[in-house]
Amino acid sequence: MIWIVKNLWLIPALPLFAAGIIAVNKQPARKLAASLAIGSMALGFLLSLCAFAATLGHHGGEHGAFREVFSFNWIQFGGQWMDIGWVLDPLTAIMLVMVTFVGMLIFIFSVGYMAHDENFMRFFCFLALFAAGMLGVVIANNLFLFFVSWEIVGLTSYLLIGFWYHKPNAAAAAKKAFITTRIGDLGLLLGMVWLYAETGTLNFYDGGKGCLESGALATMLTHATIGGMAVSTMIGLLIFLGAVGKSGQVPLHVWLPDAMEGPTPVSALIHAATMVAAGVFLVARVYPLMSVGGIIGAHGVPVTTSLTVITWVGAITAIFAASIAVAQNDIKRILAYSTVSQLGYMMMGLGVGGVAVGMFHLITHAFFKALLFLGSGSVIHGCHEEQDVRKMGGLKKYMPVTFWVYFAGMLALAGFPLLFSGFWSKDEILHAAHGWSVSQIPFYLGCAGALMTAFYMTRQMSLVFSGKYRGHQEKSNHSAHAHSHSSESSHDPHESPAVMTVPLIILAGFAILLGFVGTPAWPWFDGYLTGEEFKFDFSKLTEPGTLGLMLVSAAIVFTGLGLGWFLYGKRQRKTVAEKDVLEAAQPFIYKLLENKYYVDEIYEATVIRFNAFAAWLCDFADQWIFGGAVLLVKYITVGLAWLYRLTDEYFVNLGFDIGCEALREGGGGLSKLHTGRVQTYLRVIGVALVALIIFLIWGRKA
Amino acid sequence: MTPLQACLLISAFLFAIGFAGAVTRRHAILVLIGIELMLNAANLNLIAFWRFGPHPEALTGFIFVLFSMAMAGAEAAVGLALIIAIYRHKKTSNLDEVKELKG
Repeated sequence: MIWIVKNLWLIPALPLFAAGIIAVNKQPARKLAASLAIGSMALGFLLSLCAFAATLGHHGGEHGAFREVFSFNWIQFGGQWMDIGWVLDPLTAIMLVMVTFVGMLIFIFSVGYMAHDENFMRFFCFLALFAAGMLGVVIANNLFLFFVSWEIVGLTSYLLIGFWYHKPNAAAAAKKAFITTRIGDLGLLLGMVWLYAETGTLNFYDGGKGCLESGALATMLTHATIGGMAVSTMIGLLIFLGAVGKSGQVPLHVWLPDAMEGPTPVSALIHAATMVAAGVFLVARVYPLMSVGGIIGAHGVPVTTSLTVITWVGAITAIFAASIAVAQNDIKRILAYSTVSQLGYMMMGLGVGGVAVGMFHLITHAFFKALLFLGSGSVIHGCHEEQDVRKMGGLKKYMPVTFWVYFAGMLALAGFPLLFSGFWSKDEILHAAHGWSVSQIPFYLGCAGALMTAFYMTRQMSLVFSGKYRGHQEKSNHSAHAHSHSSESSHDPHESPAVMTVPLIILAGFAILLGFVGTPAWPWFDGYLTGEEFKFDFSKLTEPGTLGLMLVSAAIVFTGLGLGWFLYGKRQRKTVAEKDVLEAAQPFIYKLLENKYYVDEIYEATVIRFNAFAAWLCDFADQWIFGGAVLLVKYITVGLAWLYRLTDEYFVNLGFDIGCEALREGGGGLSKLHTGRVQTYLRVIGVALVALIIFLIWGRKA
Repeated sequence: MTPLQACLLISAFLFAIGFAGAVTRRHAILVLIGIELMLNAANLNLIAFWRFGPHPEALTGFIFVLFSMAMAGAEAAVGLALIIAIYRHKKTSNLDEVKELKG
C-alpha cells in the first residue's frame, strides 16, 4: 500500500485542525486565521496532487482503475464491528484535487472579500470546517463516515448561509437550506440503514465484501420488495433522495437560490464548486449500486430504474431551473438557478452516460461556476454591495479584469464551442442523452436548457457589463427624495484588489483549459475514471454522430447567445425601472418565471400549511391531552400533599406540641419550687416531718 | 409526768425554737444560732435517753454527746468563718442576698 493511501486522512484533518485552532483563538487574529485556513488547504492540495499522481497511469490494465482502501474497526455493535476508512480511486483523487484547489482559491478570494467584516475569524473557521467535511465526504470508503461528513457539510452550510444572521433573510435562508436538505438526508439515512440490514456492511469497497462489490450487489438484486422492485433499486432511490436534497434537484431545489443570502465566497464554495456537487458525487460513488442488474443499452451504459429516475429528475431540473434563471434580476440568483440547472445536467449525465460523463461536467462546472460566483462577488464588491443587475451596466469600463474573466466563465457555462470546457462536458452529456435507449425527451430537454443557459448568461453579461452604469440613477433618485443622502454622492464602481482578481484569473484559465482532458478525440478523463484504454484519435471528432451533435450543440449555443445579445446587448436598457424586454412581450410567462413557477408559494400552501396544521395538532394534543394527564397527576399529588400536611399539622404535630407544652409548663412550675433558698427547703422539710409524724401517729392509732 | 417525758418536752420545745429561728431568720448568725439550738436539743435527748434508759452505768450517751458537742463546736467555727468570708465579699450577711454561688 502506498503511503498516500494510509495518510489520506490528513487531507480532511488539516482543515479540521485549522478550524479548531481558529475557533479557540481570540478574535482579532485575522492573519493567523486566514493563513491557517489557506495553508491547510494548500497542504491538502499538495497531498491531493500526490494522491492524484498515485492513481495515474492505471488505465488499460487488467485490474481496471486504481483502487486502494484503508479501513479499520471503529465501534462495536453487539457482535459486529463498524468500520470506517477511506478509499483512493480516480473518483476520489479528481474530487480531492478539485475541492482543495478551488477551495484554496476561494479562501484566498475571501481574504479580500471579507476584509471589512468584523467576524473574519468566524468566517474562516466555518470555511475550514466546511472544507474538512467536504473532503471527508470525498475520501470516505464507508457510507457511515460519508454520512457524518455529509452532515458536517450540511451544518457548516447552515452556519455560512446564516453568517450574516442579523439579516432576517439570511437567517431564514439558512433554516430553509438546513430543513430542506434534511428531508433528503432522511432518505439517505433510510437507505443507509436498509443497506446495512441487507448486506451487513457499509463499506463501499472491502476486498470483495463491500456493499458496492459484486457479492453484496447480487444479494440485493435477488431480494424483492414493494411492487416487485429489487432491494437495490429501492436503496438506490433512497440514497438518491439524499443527493436530490443536497444537489438542489427538483423538487427540493428551493433552498439553493435562497442560500445566496450568504457571503459570495460561500456561494462560490458551497453552491457552486463543492457542497452541491456532493450529491452528484454521492450518486457517482454508489453508481455500482444504481446500475446493478441493468440492461446494457447503447454506448455500453446500463439502464436501470434508479438511473432512469435520476435521468428524469436531472433533465427536468435542468430545464426548469434554466427557465427560471431567464427572469431573475439578482446577479447571484441567476447564477444560483444556473447552478441548479447545471446540477440537473450532471445528474442526467450520470443517468445516461455513467460516472465519467457526470463527473466531467461536475469538475468543469466547479471551476467555471466558482469563477462566475467569485466574479459576481467582485462585481458586488465593486458596486458597493449592489446585487440587482438592473442597477449595474457598463462595468466593463470600470472593472476590466473582472469583465474578461467573467466573460470566460460565461462562455464556459454557455458552452461556447471548442475553446471552453463547458462545451465539451455538456456536449458529452447531450451525446450520451441522445444515445439513451429509454427516451429521447431528456435529450430535447437538455438542448432547450442549453439554449436558455446561453440566453440568460448573455442577458446577465449584457445587463452587468455593457451599456452605461445605471447605479447613479438610483442614487440620485434617493438623494432627491432624502436630502440626507447627499453626502453619499455617487462614486463609481471600482476594480477589486489583486487578492480577489488573481484567483479569478487562475480559475478562468482552468475554465478554458479543462475541457481538453475530455474531448471525444482524447477521452482522457473517461479513461482515467473507468480505467479503460483510450488513445488519441482525432478522427473521432469527425464521426458523423459526434460531429453532427457538436454542430447541433454549437448551433443551439449560438442561437442562445445571439438571441440574448439581440434582446439585451444591442438595445440597452435605459433606466432601472424600465420593463424587461421579455416582460413587455410576454408578461404572463415572465411573471411566472420571475416568481420561480410559484414553487415556494405552492409549498407554502401545501407542505408548510400541512406542517403548520400538524404542529398545531401536536400542540393541541400536547396542551390538552398529554398536558391534561400531567395536570391530573399534578392535582392528585397536590391533594395528597395537602392531606399529608393536614394530618401532620393537626394530628401528629398537635399531640406532640401539647405534650411539649405540658412538659414545659410542668417544668416551669417545678422550677419555681427550686428557689435556691435553703430556709424554704428547711421549712418544707419541717412541715413534711410534722405531717409524717402526724400520719404515723394516726396510723398507729388506727 | 416522768423525768424522761419532761426532758423530752424541754428538748422538743428547744428544737422547735431552734427550728423556728433557723427557718425564719434572715441574718446568717441568727440562723447559725438556731441550728446550734436544734443540735443542743438533740444532745439533750441523747443525755435524757441515756440517763433514764436501761443502762445508765455505761457512759455511752455521755460520750456520744461529748463527740457531738465537739463536732458542733467545729461546725460553728467553720460556719462562722464562712459567714465572715461572705460578709467580706458581699458586704452583707442577709441570707436572701447571698443565694448565688456565682461571685
